[in-house]
Amino acid sequence: MTYGIRLLVFLKEGVLDTQGKTVAASLKGMGYSCLKDLRVGKYIHLDVEASSEAEAVAQVEKMCDDLLVNDIIEEFKVETEAARA
Amino acid sequence: MKTAVVVFPGSNCDQDAVKAAGAVSGGSAVTVWHKDSALPAGTDLVILPGGFSYGDYLRSGAMAANSAIMNAVIEFANKGGLVLGICNGFQILTESRLLPGALLQNDCQHFVCKPVTLRVERADLPFTLDYKKDEIVTIPIAHGEGRYYVDPEGLKVLEGEGRVAFRYCDACGNITAESNPNGALNNIAGIVNERGNVLGLMPHPERYSEDLLGGSDGAKFWTSVKKWLEGGRR
Repeated sequence: MTYGIRLLVFLKEGVLDTQGKTVAASLKGMGYSCLKDLRVGKYIHLDVEASSEAEAVAQVEKMCDDLLVNDIIEEFKVETEAARA
Repeated sequence: MKTAVVVFPGSNCDQDAVKAAGAVSGGSAVTVWHKDSALPAGTDLVILPGGFSYGDYLRSGAMAANSAIMNAVIEFANKGGLVLGICNGFQILTESRLLPGALLQNDCQHFVCKPVTLRVERADLPFTLDYKKDEIVTIPIAHGEGRYYVDPEGLKVLEGEGRVAFRYCDACGNITAESNPNGALNNIAGIVNERGNVLGLMPHPERYSEDLLGGSDGAKFWTSVKKWLEGGRR
């Protein structure tokens, strides 16, 4: 089965997100006083061949560890889509 | 002094490094392709040069840190071989975990390209023997992602062990917020590993190795390594 995986990567809390800060300042300048926080991250989409969803997620988590995420500065979230044959 | 300069796709300071560590210092320097699996026999110094390896995609230095040659570089470093990472090379050293921490986008949010003043914090390293402690040197920077970051615990270890090699300072050597070009923690411009054989820094000593190019404060990197090698490995 092929599993679509949505990987969301963000800078950790406490690590200054310069891009997020700049975008938030712009929105506030445009009058969006309701904005409390904004962070800019990365969205990576992966199609993974695996026998189960758990195996697909485990493979992606290993990729995160090996290359996709730097755990010194980043955190990530994995979301799965319905499996395709 | 035999220097190997690693060339990654997107490196653009490799030839400057070859010139500085080779002809300028009277040694020999060759380039090594990132797909090679071994360093040239008899290599004394490995330079990971500046540039934009792999287009800075994903994170600066992330892909380069996982290239074939890096296995050989890590093995070389673990045996005590001298490794110098300049700018993107510093980013590659942190991504490969040869050095702690990470380099984040400058807090000013733009690319900064200018000569800066640095205070030499360690003049006892293979790379810095010819400098004096607290000497103020001028060396250019050129980066968009040079804000050194490490968690508070890691920073305590770095400072406690005296592993900050260079700090951004003003013309008088004072460590000030104004002289910090990128928001680096504690004005850190360069750090060294525990053993002292792996050094990473954002400034470009290879660009200031000849007066003809605007300054020669970086030349002592090459004369230091030469002296260290001639004096026998520690």
